[in-house]
Amino acid sequence: MLFLLLALLFPQRGLAFPLRAVDTPNDGGGRVTLSWQAQPTPPESWQVLRAAPGQPMVPIDTIGGALTTYTDENGLRNGTAYQYRLVALPGAVALASDPSLPAVPGASWFDLTKINVAVVLAVFFALVLYYIGQSERGKVWRFRTIAGLNAIEEAIGRSTEMGKGVLYVPGVQDIDDIQTIASMIILGNVARMTAKYETPLYVPANSPAVYTVADEVVKGAYTDAGRADAYRADQVRYITSEQFAYVAAVNGMMLRERPAANLLLGAFFAESLLLAETGHETGAIQIAGTANVHQLPFFVVACDYTLIGEEYYAASAYLSKDSRLLGSLKASDTIKILLVITILLATLLLTFGYSGLGEFFATQ
Amino acid sequence: MRREIPLLISMVTGIFVLVGFFVPHPAIRTLYDDIQQWVIIVVAFTYVLGMANVLRINWTQVSRRERDWPYKIVLIVGVVATMVIGFSEGTHYLDDGSKFSWIYNTFYSAMAATMFSLLAFFIASAAFRAFRVRTVEAFLLAIAAFVLMLGRVPIGSLIHPILPEAADWLMEIPQNAAKRGILMGAALGVMATGFRIILGIERTYGSEGGS
Repeated sequence: MLFLLLALLFPQRGLAFPLRAVDTPNDGGGRVTLSWQAQPTPPESWQVLRAAPGQPMVPIDTIGGALTTYTDENGLRNGTAYQYRLVALPGAVALASDPSLPAVPGASWFDLTKINVAVVLAVFFALVLYYIGQSERGKVWRFRTIAGLNAIEEAIGRSTEMGKGVLYVPGVQDIDDIQTIASMIILGNVARMTAKYETPLYVPANSPAVYTVADEVVKGAYTDAGRADAYRADQVRYITSEQFAYVAAVNGMMLRERPAANLLLGAFFAESLLLAETGHETGAIQIAGTANVHQLPFFVVACDYTLIGEEYYAASAYLSKDSRLLGSLKASDTIKILLVITILLATLLLTFGYSGLGEFFATQ
Repeated sequence: MRREIPLLISMVTGIFVLVGFFVPHPAIRTLYDDIQQWVIIVVAFTYVLGMANVLRINWTQVSRRERDWPYKIVLIVGVVATMVIGFSEGTHYLDDGSKFSWIYNTFYSAMAATMFSLLAFFIASAAFRAFRVRTVEAFLLAIAAFVLMLGRVPIGSLIHPILPEAADWLMEIPQNAAKRGILMGAALGVMATGFRIILGIERTYGSEGGS
């Protein structure tokens, strides 16, 4: 016993060491993770040996001698037990692990590393349902005034008075980006207003998928407003998916058509200032909205109103005044307060040496 | 029905993709990954519609001799010529020395770089307006920007060694605090928008008239 203890405390060359093999957790299966203690004198490299049931150990990989973990994902079958062994290379050095206990790879039904996201989503979902229920029972909430959203109708009205059009730029991301989806939702509201006021609307799209969706949204909005006859097929047009070619085309529209209102709502990158500054030079009233933090300063400088982050996503509920949508907005505000309280609590606990809450919400 | 079926598809797909985010099991993950591939296939098909739109709108403007119609001819010829040359070169269209690459590098890259370079002038004019000190906030902004710009260039450390440190502090503390606040709000907005679509209460993107 004493000898074993000494051997574990002071492992020597030629002495076997334990090797742990377990099914890799939180994955889709087909993976086994090996782990072992660092050796006092690590070999140049390790040869990894694997044995399927009833078969001899065969080498499957060679890895660095300084490593202490290894994940085998080389053709493993879920539900089959595999044994492993490590042998030091070069072979003259008699250092090898004991064979591991059998490990059975399998697929997980829930990724436990995402439990924090699941908790926040579940709370948020419950709050959304609760506030929607409240709104359906007639509860009315007050929200702070968002000047940029109030200005949208004002800008469209100004365009109507001036006999000019409204330019709606839905950003430069494709339809699978949530900012573009939010932009399409706002476009529905804007198109209803332009249809009501009989104001020309121009929507240049930088992706054919965005063009297809935007065209349907505008067509639907004109139909809803009872102005299906006013819808024109060239209102929404596909320009190009190339970033700066798109900027050139949209800037050209601003300078030629001289719309009285430019609505820049979506995901923007390097083109944000090129568009906003050109629009500023034409004298149009400009309302921008994006969740791309790095582009916000450019819009703040060059536009009359800027929807910042969450204001942009709140636009649809704010403009439509639909009680159920406003209920989801209330849920958003409530969870924000809860998150702020959680951050303060985690900070306080961390200050006193309790890191559990902070670690639970860590994503990396 | 024209309205309910798309809403139902959105709802079912949305819930499935949301669940798929948490479940690594192949029974769910395989279809989850397939759906991501379907997006690429659907987008590929929309390119046909997009190109048809470009050609139809510009051809109509040419045939009606609308304003700037000669430029539309240049566009149509450019689109068609690039497509024909690209298709004729098959899978080698991006190889070094291919005609398609020559068109891209000679025409498009040069014009895109020209557009991008305009940003320098636009930044100058925007900065001129942003840094006009009219209010206390504008004054603070101008001071912060002045310190940051000096701290980020070599001459800053020659003027005073504290300038680069002050610039780093501005970026790390006040700027980061504000940025993270905005990002948190935006993330909640993303979740709220997603839930609204999944639950089918966000119907602004659909037509009432179609139901």
